[in-house]
Amino acid sequence: MIKRTVVLNFPKSVVKEPITYKLVKDYNLMFNILRARIKPNEQGTLIIQLKGSEEDMNKAYKFITEIGIKWENLAKGVNWNDTKCIHCTACTSLCPTKALDVDRETMKITFDADKCIVCEICLAACPYNAISLDF
Amino acid sequence: MPKTIAEINEKIKSGKALIFNAEEIIHVVEEEGLEKAAEKVDVVTTGTFGPMCSSSAIINTGHSSPRIKMQKAWLNNVEAYCGVAAVDLIIGATQLCEDDPENKVFPGRFAYGGAHVIEDLVAGKDVHLLTTSYGTDCYPNKKVETTINIKTVNEAYLFNPRNCYQNYAVAVNMHSERPIYTYMGILYPNISNANYCSAGQLSPLLNDPLYKTIGIGTRIFLGGGIGYVSWQGTQHNPNQARLDNGTPVSGAGTLGLIGDLKQMSPEWLRGTSLSGYGVSLTVGVGIPIPILNKDILKYTTVEDKDIVATIYDYSEDYPNCKPNNLGTVNYKQLKSGVITINGKDVPTASMSSYSKALEIANILKESIEKGDFLLTEPVAMLPTAGCDIKIKSLSCVK
Repeated sequence: MIKRTVVLNFPKSVVKEPITYKLVKDYNLMFNILRARIKPNEQGTLIIQLKGSEEDMNKAYKFITEIGIKWENLAKGVNWNDTKCIHCTACTSLCPTKALDVDRETMKITFDADKCIVCEICLAACPYNAISLDF
Repeated sequence: MPKTIAEINEKIKSGKALIFNAEEIIHVVEEEGLEKAAEKVDVVTTGTFGPMCSSSAIINTGHSSPRIKMQKAWLNNVEAYCGVAAVDLIIGATQLCEDDPENKVFPGRFAYGGAHVIEDLVAGKDVHLLTTSYGTDCYPNKKVETTINIKTVNEAYLFNPRNCYQNYAVAVNMHSERPIYTYMGILYPNISNANYCSAGQLSPLLNDPLYKTIGIGTRIFLGGGIGYVSWQGTQHNPNQARLDNGTPVSGAGTLGLIGDLKQMSPEWLRGTSLSGYGVSLTVGVGIPIPILNKDILKYTTVEDKDIVATIYDYSEDYPNCKPNNLGTVNYKQLKSGVITINGKDVPTASMSSYSKALEIANILKESIEKGDFLLTEPVAMLPTAGCDIKIKSLSCVK
């Protein structure tokens, strides 16, 4: 089982296609939509986390590419800079997955990149520019 | 047996002083009892590290040739006030960069302002100076553009009209349907999160709640260097309601602070960008409390569970100066990460760093242990509860 977070850029011609449905049904992929901006007759963007076997993932990649969707691996994710962070904790109550959390013993920030869904809420919440997007 | 500050300083000089931080002292007194601990312990150190908007740096740049009487001045494109002597500048922490987009695209990021200029200066970086004037017989120059840094200027000192708020609010968003962007952070609708801003049991004025030792002239850790309490801070309000342990239930006493910027460190003076709100300076302050008697020691043993903060709505009540509140919670609850408001579990976060506050208290403790930092006797005490201070509001005549 592998996990990938990808950005799918849809051309106008396929925005009406039920792509995520096909990813589930034909390629056995589990998905979690992180962000979507798709309107009829416009180019669309979908940021999606996919989980499945490597074989299925490769087949899905082939299918997606063939129908004209651009597939890019998302930014590795959010980068938390321990040197800039002052451990105020302002970001932690806004983090929806507790990727940014507090060690209650030390009152210091902990960051678990695996839990991060790159929602970017923390970027605006950090007053010290300690959180950035790592492309 | 009561001690004097002079006696404590003698012990510090001979390396015999016993010092604890405001967290450790709780356990020391628990184990040894108040009487015995009061005999042994000489100093308790406190600390705080949070955004303190009421901060500024005063800089004398030295005179150019020909001379200029600065009328307008910008440091890295952030305006400094020069309505004082010819080459004296005051750069305020919250002043924005001239081309800052502010909140035109909401929420603004406020990436660079006066606080960042102060941080850059302290870090030893070159800072661009542009200054203009109208020219006089004795100061004929009308424009100077150059770079300065902390070493090229004559004096650079931090002067903060109000720091170290003795306790603060817990902020929530009760009425707005969108997230609100405040100096207390981002607050989600329907009281979905609550932000506080105090080091609680480590905070200087919560360990000397009635200002029995901290006064004008008290030597302190300020921004990584040595500073002094210069005055009571603006909005100093000793008449705030208090618990039996002397701690106020919300903002109360404040301190005006001063110190040599040239000794300070960017680690303890951090430019702060509050989304949708503006710029602030996060200032590290540590204050030693001389244990002159057991009553003073008793105050330093205050614990997070015994200090409360009042919850205010920042969407309607605070902006409109309505005095409503949503009750109180204690700092133990706040630090647990969840409090209950109107029966609902609400996640909490702090704007002030407890772990950095502890680091400051420990740095101060070590400096005193090494004999590098001696205590001072205040030259005057701060106004205390019962004085005639009453916080006034601004009357707006239309």
